[in-house]
Amino acid sequence: MGQTIVEKILSRASGKSARAGEIVVARVDWVMAQDGTAPLAIQAFERMEGKRLFDPERVNLVIDHSAPSPTEGISNLHKLMRDFAREQGCRLYDIGDGVCHQVVVESGRVGPGCVVVGADSHTCTYGALNAFSTGVGSTDLAAALISGQIWFKVPETIKIVCHGTLPPGVYAKDLILYLIGDLTADGATYQAVEYTGEAIKALSQEGRFTVANMAVEMGAKAGLMEADEKTFAWLAAHGGGGYTPVTADPDAVYAAVKEYDITNLEPQVAKPHRVDNVAPLRSVAGLKIDQGFIGTCTNGRLEDLRIAAGILAGRKVHPGTRLIIAPASRRIYLAALRGGILSTLVEAGAAVVTPGCGPCVGTHNGVPADGEVVISTANRNFKGRMGNRNAEIYLASPAAVAAAAVAGEVVDPREFVK
Amino acid sequence: MRLQGRAHKFGDDVNTDYIISGKYKFKTLDMNELARHVMEDLDPDFYRKIRPGDFIVAGANFGCGSSREQAPLAIKYARIGAVLAKSFARIFFRNAINTGLPVVECETDQIQSSDELVVDLAAGVIENRTRGIKIPVKPLPPVMLKILADGGLVAHFKKYGGFNFG
Repeated sequence: MGQTIVEKILSRASGKSARAGEIVVARVDWVMAQDGTAPLAIQAFERMEGKRLFDPERVNLVIDHSAPSPTEGISNLHKLMRDFAREQGCRLYDIGDGVCHQVVVESGRVGPGCVVVGADSHTCTYGALNAFSTGVGSTDLAAALISGQIWFKVPETIKIVCHGTLPPGVYAKDLILYLIGDLTADGATYQAVEYTGEAIKALSQEGRFTVANMAVEMGAKAGLMEADEKTFAWLAAHGGGGYTPVTADPDAVYAAVKEYDITNLEPQVAKPHRVDNVAPLRSVAGLKIDQGFIGTCTNGRLEDLRIAAGILAGRKVHPGTRLIIAPASRRIYLAALRGGILSTLVEAGAAVVTPGCGPCVGTHNGVPADGEVVISTANRNFKGRMGNRNAEIYLASPAAVAAAAVAGEVVDPREFVK
Repeated sequence: MRLQGRAHKFGDDVNTDYIISGKYKFKTLDMNELARHVMEDLDPDFYRKIRPGDFIVAGANFGCGSSREQAPLAIKYARIGAVLAKSFARIFFRNAINTGLPVVECETDQIQSSDELVVDLAAGVIENRTRGIKIPVKPLPPVMLKILADGGLVAHFKKYGGFNFG
């Protein structure tokens, strides 16, 4: 009987033939925590009487959720992380370096076959590099920091096959929103998903990160893709190599196989206050928008900023609307700066903030007012997510957000990208 | 383990942002402070309604969303005795076991707010005294029972110096 990608990766990492439903203790290749979760993990590390990291070369901490610090309480938590990293000799990415998931995929240290745990639910992003990566809490993370291991129940896998090609003006974000709308917020709970088919293969590596990133929004433990020449080009460009791709066996056993033809897909939107409350974008056309936000581990990459700049070039953000941009990393920020993308966005009236998570998680840098409507490229639209329970958040592609910022209301972005 | 208290009923897909909002959770490690804001975005008065030992009762997919361990900790420090739900999101479920918050998978349609419940984890049954019915509990996987029996993952690690599920 054949194995899925997850079963193969966890077999290698645990030294036994892993099958869905079994419990394994797996070796981890990379461990990550951010400033919302690392302080509790450091506390648990100390309570567990941890002395040293299992391998400082395989651990990184990232200050991204409140960067730079907006309050003295957070400043003290950041100091705790900096002191811990210095004592233990692990890498700390400080304010301005970027969103944790982007700095990890830019490090070249995570690739095909790796097992990664991160104290952040969107750790599933690295599935786009053919890794088994999943979010855990701070205590599980502390156990991994000490032992280099973690226990897993080997998940069953849902295979998602996407046929066809995305039409112009329709993006990876529209694809994943559509899938989540169909599978629902708990459609893959306790399971992994494998994304495959020619539509996935046709996506850029950046677009694949967008799709893998939102696996957790259907409850999945991980969202994996096969490695190909795009994966290896990404790794080579970021100094990574030496990985062996992991493919599913032809006779692997799946919990379900879902097939989609996305040839006629149109721009999508997730309406308040659920990520699976998905509808065609045109169903909310004309909705007045107070704030647009382009950024996050879902859609703050260079390709996303370039698409936004393509729409905003020679235009202005509507006087009744604000547009906030947070490049996902320093590297992206610099590339967008040097390539003229940022000057286009700033000339159009956008406010560019430090690479990080602030607006998405409601810590700072763009908390909406009561009754305001936000359109965002983020991955969550829960009530209060951006810091105000009396605001409404719509999730869409960077093109849809840029177009809404220009029009002051929701419009079909294809009108701008003809 | 036998717990007794009143039910506070919530719906499906209660996410970790609703359990403890990001605007509070990143600020402090003081869990008593975070506990005051538990479930605030769903019910601003919730913290004041809790009597120690009360239960949060919910539908499917409780605890979906972020990996924040502050979510089960805020519930625990608000002196909720256990969370009963039809199903849990996996990261929340692990975090709850690791930090010692009892989480109980069971059918919850026959429980309403203010119902008096007795939860007997050893016997695997919930008694709804208000409605005079008994509801079976889905047993925990052996690994999680082992971690709970050791007093949480921190205590498990202190006891064995690593994972020990022998």
